[in-house]
Amino acid sequence: MHVPDGFIDAPVSVAAGVAATAAVAVSLRGARRELDERTAPLAGLVAAFIFAVQMLNFPVAAGTSGHLLGGALAAILVGPYTGVLCVSVVLLMQGILFADGGLTALGVNILNMAVVTVLVSYAVFRVLLRLLPSGRRSVTVAAFAGALLSVPGAAVMFTLLYALGGTTDVPIGKVFTAMVGVHVLIGLGEALITAATVGAVIAVRPDLVHGARGLAAPLKLRIGGQLVDAPAAAPVPAAARSTRKLWLTGLVTALVLAGFVSFYASSSPDGLEKVAADKGIDAKTKEHAAADSPLADYSVKDVDDARLSGGLAGVIGVGATVAVGSGIFWAVRRRRAQDLTASSTAAPSAS
Amino acid sequence: MGAGHAHKLYRHGHSPVHELPPHCKIAATAAFVIVVVSTPREAMWAFGLYAVLIAAVAAAARIPAGFLLRRLLIEVPFVLFAVLMPFVSQGERVDVLGMSLSVSGLWGAWNVLAKGTLGVAASVLLASTTELRALLLGLQRLKLPPLLVQIASFMIRYGDVITDELRRMSIARRSRGFEARGIQHWGVLAKTAGALFIRSYERGERVYLAMVSRGYAGSMPVIDDVTATRAQWAYSAVLPVTALAVCLMGWTL
Repeated sequence: MHVPDGFIDAPVSVAAGVAATAAVAVSLRGARRELDERTAPLAGLVAAFIFAVQMLNFPVAAGTSGHLLGGALAAILVGPYTGVLCVSVVLLMQGILFADGGLTALGVNILNMAVVTVLVSYAVFRVLLRLLPSGRRSVTVAAFAGALLSVPGAAVMFTLLYALGGTTDVPIGKVFTAMVGVHVLIGLGEALITAATVGAVIAVRPDLVHGARGLAAPLKLRIGGQLVDAPAAAPVPAAARSTRKLWLTGLVTALVLAGFVSFYASSSPDGLEKVAADKGIDAKTKEHAAADSPLADYSVKDVDDARLSGGLAGVIGVGATVAVGSGIFWAVRRRRAQDLTASSTAAPSAS
Repeated sequence: MGAGHAHKLYRHGHSPVHELPPHCKIAATAAFVIVVVSTPREAMWAFGLYAVLIAAVAAAARIPAGFLLRRLLIEVPFVLFAVLMPFVSQGERVDVLGMSLSVSGLWGAWNVLAKGTLGVAASVLLASTTELRALLLGLQRLKLPPLLVQIASFMIRYGDVITDELRRMSIARRSRGFEARGIQHWGVLAKTAGALFIRSYERGERVYLAMVSRGYAGSMPVIDDVTATRAQWAYSAVLPVTALAVCLMGWTL
């Protein structure tokens, strides 16, 4: 769902913008490590791919169709940092060029549709990949699960922001019932498409799938009739950052899930608008979005009261969002620092 | 990839608005939208004034009303949502035309509709008076990280190429008698998406190699730097400053 201007109040939009900026800044550095100086052309082309693939219609039945949101797919194919960057750039361009999603809501949109979908899907994907036996089928299954959860995850984040700074008030019960159904549906479609797409790429170019890098068999050379291990190539980034990163992403997922449970009535993430519109379920989805706003006193009847409570809601919103945002930032930076030391120690041995 | 890459959202012209440096326009648009969003929704007249301001800018830019209104259609999903709000919101209710509507829902619907529409109109004006390349240059002047601008510019440059590849695949499928009718055909479409990813990624690698062979070392040279004079800044500040005045009146009245 592309949130328009005026849907989330100003303080929460600003806070979401700060958090999104931090996440994008971290991703910019992370992507350099994932793609080194090829970042600009490769991430740009992948962003164009996501933009194009969102136009690919997947017919569901009887004239309705859905399409991919792409956050989970990007994370699994090109890695989490590049994934966040690509989806963010797509959102930025959609906002500026097509007026799809408000300019002031850009932070909210990036946080929902780029950061949360990528974090959730990649965390789930990695954890499952660890648990499952290694193999192509496991990658597909993990991709399915990651994409399945990423959509409700984004919906939860939206709900959280809406609860903090929503400008409308709709009963939570209605929203909850409708939203859960809608998001399970959207998530299911996203998961099926993502898993099938990842499977298709793995079948042809497994080396391109970031999430499946561990699968590559060691290169052997036949020298004088004997198989000999080829000289080691550059270290695989995924191997270097396994445990700590896993742990931290797990923590983030847990936080998101906790948010999901407590704030339960979710609204729609970025896919919402498009998929929902395509599926003809907008009405319900949006109703959801509007429906749950605990702090929605903000609304109109008596002005004085509304302003006061609106201000309060804003302050709480900013505080909480900044806390969450800086928490994520801190966690990712720690992770990055660790990666750097890991890769710097690994680099000399490789070269 | 140089010439002729104006996107269809851009409307060529030589109005004073077209001539403004892109970063001034981006900053003015953003400031205007922020002001609009922070206006209290009870001040309904203020939104009318904002609409007049937008119309004035559109007139100065010689953007026809029909063009602007057609582009506003992007907002339709949210209009549908806004229409539902008075029915599902809680709180005090009023009877309108025999229907019982929620007062807070009506206000909420008004709020989203008015602010959303003004925001969309402002972005549409920006996109239709600013060339894509200038827009990216403007973002860079506004201190957006250069790497992000580069990614965005590659996305814009190759967006049409990739979309065309997708269309060619679709034509190839259809010319072989394939028609996607339901979930049982998702496998084929997913393979299309997979193939598209591989082609995009490999094209990215080729583009990178071509750039390296031409001396690329991680940053793009800026050959047409745009600067803004104080007068241009002042000129582009007219819109947000007027809007701010309206907003302040809305808070005090």
